[in-house]
Order: sequence, then C-alpha cells, then structure tokens
Amino acid sequence: MRVAFERQKYLIDYTLAALLRRKTRNLGLLLVYALLVFLFASVLLLSQGLRREAAALLQDAPEVIVQRLAAGRHDLLPADWLDSLRRIRGVSDARGRLWGYYYDPAVKANYTVMAAAERPLAEGEILIGAALARVRAIGVGDVFSLRAASGPPALFKVAGILEPSSELLSADLLLLSESGFRALFQFPPERYTDAVLTVSNPREASTVARKIALALPSSRPILRSEMLRTYDAVFDWREGVTFLALAAPLLAFAVLAWDKAAGLSAEEKREIGILKAIGWETGDILRMKLWEGALLSLTAFLLGYLLAWWQVFHGGARLFAPILKGWAVLYPDFRLTPTVDPGQILIVLAVTVVPYIVATLVPGWRAAIADPDAAMRG
Amino acid sequence: MIELQAVNKRFNPGQSNECRALADIDLRLERGGITVFTGPSGSGKTTLLTLIGCLARPTSGRISLDGRLLSNLPERFLTEVRRHTFGFVFQQFNLIRGLTVLENVMLPAYPLGRPYRELTAGARALLARFGLEPKAGSKVEWLSGGEAQRTALARALINDPAVIVADEPTANLDSRLSREVLGLLDDLAAQGRTVLVSSHDPLVFEAARVRRRLELRDGRLVGDHPC
Ligand SMILES: Nc1ncnc2c1ncn2[C@@H]1O[C@H](COP(=O)(O)OP(=O)(O)O)[C@@H](O)[C@H]1O
Ligand SMILES: [Mg+2]
Repeated sequence: MRVAFERQKYLIDYTLAALLRRKTRNLGLLLVYALLVFLFASVLLLSQGLRREAAALLQDAPEVIVQRLAAGRHDLLPADWLDSLRRIRGVSDARGRLWGYYYDPAVKANYTVMAAAERPLAEGEILIGAALARVRAIGVGDVFSLRAASGPPALFKVAGILEPSSELLSADLLLLSESGFRALFQFPPERYTDAVLTVSNPREASTVARKIALALPSSRPILRSEMLRTYDAVFDWREGVTFLALAAPLLAFAVLAWDKAAGLSAEEKREIGILKAIGWETGDILRMKLWEGALLSLTAFLLGYLLAWWQVFHGGARLFAPILKGWAVLYPDFRLTPTVDPGQILIVLAVTVVPYIVATLVPGWRAAIADPDAAMRG
Repeated sequence: MIELQAVNKRFNPGQSNECRALADIDLRLERGGITVFTGPSGSGKTTLLTLIGCLARPTSGRISLDGRLLSNLPERFLTEVRRHTFGFVFQQFNLIRGLTVLENVMLPAYPLGRPYRELTAGARALLARFGLEPKAGSKVEWLSGGEAQRTALARALINDPAVIVADEPTANLDSRLSREVLGLLDDLAAQGRTVLVSSHDPLVFEAARVRRRLELRDGRLVGDHPC
C-alpha cells in the first residue's frame, strides 16, 4: 500500500518534470485545450442556465392561456368570453390580459408592454424593467415618453423599476395601468389580448383545454406544458446550431491533440526505451503516461470550465448569448443564477479529457511493449 | 550462474534483411570477477549482452540464471529479474536529459516505491563514492564524458544488482578517463559483483580482475581465454 503510494508519487514527479521539459509544446497544447473546454462548457452552461431560467419563469406562468383566433391568426378576445370560460367545469378563474409590443427607435428594440394586473398604478404611471432603465438611462421619478397610437407622444412618470428574481423576461418590460394601456394603444374597450385561466386541478388542464375548444370554437387554448416543450425545442435547436459551429475547432483540436499526444517524438521513444532498460515495467510506463495525460487534460479542463463558468454566470455570457438567447433584444447585463451540475461536468469530462488520455496512452503503450534492447544501441 | 544453451538471435527473421546476430552460443558464466567480450564491430557483443541482461529474448535457445530458466518467463517477471539482478552502463550513457544527476541516478528505483528519504540518501552515497557530489543538482546535459559515465555507473548500482553489464564503457572516453572507469569496474568486482564488459579496447584487459576473455566473430564464440 505504502509502496504503491510512493511509486505513484515518483511517477507523478517524473511526469511533471517531463511535462516541464517540453514546456513550449505542452503549454501551447494546454492553452488550446483549455480554450476548447471553455467554448464547449460555455455553450452547455449557458443553454442549460437559460433553460432553467425559462422553466422557472414558466413555473409562475398560468396553467392555460386562451387566445382567440380569426382566420387562423391571433385576434382580440371579447370580454364576455371570460364568463363563458368561468362556466367551464374545472376552471376556477379566468382573467383577461392586456399586453403587446412597442418598438422604440431610439434603442432599436421592442419592449413588452403589459397592463399591470396586480399593481395599483395611476393612469400616468409606468413601471419599467431594469435593462430598459439602463439602456434609456432613466430612473424613478423621470418622465418616459411613448408614441401614442393617436399621434402625440404620451408622457408617463416612472413609478418604479422592476427587480424580479429573473431578469430574463422582465428586462424589457413596461407595466402600465389598464386605462393607460388602452389609451396608449387606442385599444378597443371590452377586448383583451388573451385570457389566463386558473385550473382547479392542474393535471386536468388538457381536459379543460378540450372543453374550451368545444365551447368556444374560435379559441386556441395553450397549455403550460406545451410552452415548456416549445422553449426546450428552441433551446435544443440553438444549442445544436452552436455545437455545429463548434464542431470545426473541436475537430481541429482533436487532430492536433492526437498528433501531439500520439506522435511520440524520437526523444520520448528513446526515454521510454531507457526507462524500460533500467528496470521500469510496461505498466510503469503506462501509469506514467496516464499521469501525463491526466495532469495536462485535467488542468486544461479545470481552467476551461472555471473560465466558462465565470463568464456565463458573472461575465454576462457575452460570447454566446447572442446566438443562444436570440429572441430577446435588451439583455446587456443579464445574469443567470450560478449552478453546478455534476452530470454536465461528467459530459464535458467525457468528451474532452477521456479522448486525450487515450491518445497519450496508446502510443506510450506501443513504445513500451517493444523490447528495450534499442537502448543499448542509442 | 548464467548459462546459455544453443542460443541464436536473428533480426528481422524471414525477411530479405534477415540478420543472424548470434549463432549457437553455449556459455557458462560464473559469479564474480570481470568477464570481457571482445570481437570486431558487428560480431554480436552488444546483442549477447542484451540477451544476458534480459533486455531482449533469444530467437531460440535457453538462458538461465541461477538455474532458473529465463527465456520463457512472461515479460513482467523478466522485468523483475532485470531490475533486481542487472545494472546497465550503456555505450551512449543514455542519461535522461533535462533531469539532474541525482534524479537520473534515482530513476531505476522509482517503480520500487522506496521511501524518498532512503532513496535520496542511497543515491547521494553513490554520487559521493564516484566524486559526483558537487554535480548532484546539475542537469546531465552539462556533464563531461567522464562525469556522464560515472553517473551512468551510479545509476546502474542504485538497485544494488549482482551483475553489472557495461557495453563498450570506454568507447567514448580518452585513455585517462577510460582507466578511471575501469578502476571503478574493478572496485565493483572486488566487492563481489559480477561485471560483464564488451570491448575491443586493449586497455580493458589491464584491469586487475579480468578473469576471462571471450572472443566473438560473426555471431559465434571463437575464443575463450582465462586471464
Ligand atoms: N535491431 C537490429 N535490427 C537488425 N539488425 C541488427 C539489429 N541490432 C543489431 N543488428 C545486427 O546484428 C549484428 C550484431 O550487432 P551487435 O551485437 O551490435 O555487434 P557489436 O556490438 O559486436 O558491434 C550486426 O550485424 C548488426 O547489424
Ligand atoms: Mg556494440
């Protein structure tokens, strides 16, 4: 036991010295390797973080949303639908929502504008998302002007900044009072954008949806589970595209690593021959090579993964956010909740570290099983 | 103690460049003293030493050590025997560049997992014995030929082997350094170790404890001269 331990210590010692002896080569390899782990882990961490964020977001989303369709397109929902909806068995409450988009040419971005249901706001008051406040450099008490549908700009007083747990969706949010909303957009009275339902038993949501479709033939009920699936599909797709884009450097690295690791230099072959001649076993050489591969690839892994973690959760994920987030416009400073997922770490380990170790082991083994008599001939 | 029976060694057997390096060698080497293998270049001296030292296997024939047959041992056990029985001094020294003199000397003992303190103490004692103490921390690429040869000798001794195998130990040294190395080999023989040397350098036969001179030519033993 003690002997085995001492032996590993000697082998690590030797391996470290060997790595340092080929400093430039190994340092270059380490950096390229770490960069690759970084890219790979960034995409994984970011897409996973976004997915979790979206899921958390939808957790608070209503079980069922009902839209009205006209000629297959989203149309405004008449207020008397709400009563019809409430009458359906299984629906405990139905509430009309008012929301829409507002394009701000100043920042070339769309805001999401909603009538605040839960907050008492005066007609001239407005609540804005944190990102929006940053971009427009406005704060509480300032006046915010919006182009009204009637023509002249409408002025609102900023009554507060939205600081919710997740900035993902509220970043570009504008909250108005119901009357303010209707006035701004000249929204017809007794009409809503859509309706949200509270269902007594969430597990029966799909049954409720079927009943709604029967009772109101021009309606389209949307279940939360469907939204979750859509989000997931979108993320999967984006993740796939990003990985595809990463495939080229990944492949290039694989070739490079294989070449560097697999193509033992004449010097290394000579060393292996000498070590065998002076009494090292094939197993000792393999253990040494294993340490070499493990030390280099684990260092690269740690470096790359920590860097990726840092940039995704603290650096604003500047690198991949545009591709992965995509649908949003105003996310200059958005933050994901930092998490560590052992399963994911295992995946990154499996695709980066394991192949490299194999790539170092195989040629080492090939050189080590040769008779060491070559050492006698130099 | 070392016995060879009908030993043959062919390189690249069955190919156009087949080379019969050793042919029908029968030989018995007793424990102790210095045995010198002589013969012109290409006569098979190095090949014979690699077979005796378990660095390679014969194409046919039997090699045994103290009555134990080596030629059919699995590679692991062969390594075990090599590690504990033989210490090698190579013609080109074969030190590992980038490591210090001390590290090079300790290298053969790494797989044995001896306690670090004990191992360094042993290595330093060897270095002191060969006058290399001041060089312990130097990288081996800066050594002179004589120092490199003595480092190689210290390395060969670190696992305390019974047999020292030295292939042309004076080939890369001038007369003074050659005499010095021969003196050291002589000392080892005096301590009771068996020393096997290949050489065509007449200086070698001056060593006091040369007990026997074996002559090779074209892979065959053509002379056996007690000294
Ligand atoms: N690895 C090898 N492959 C092919 N031929 C070899 C190899 N090693 C040695 N030989 C040949 O075996 C013969 C004996 O060589 P060697 O034992 O080195 O002789 P010496 O040490 O006496 O000079 C030579 O003809 C040499 O060319
Ligand atoms: Mg030779």
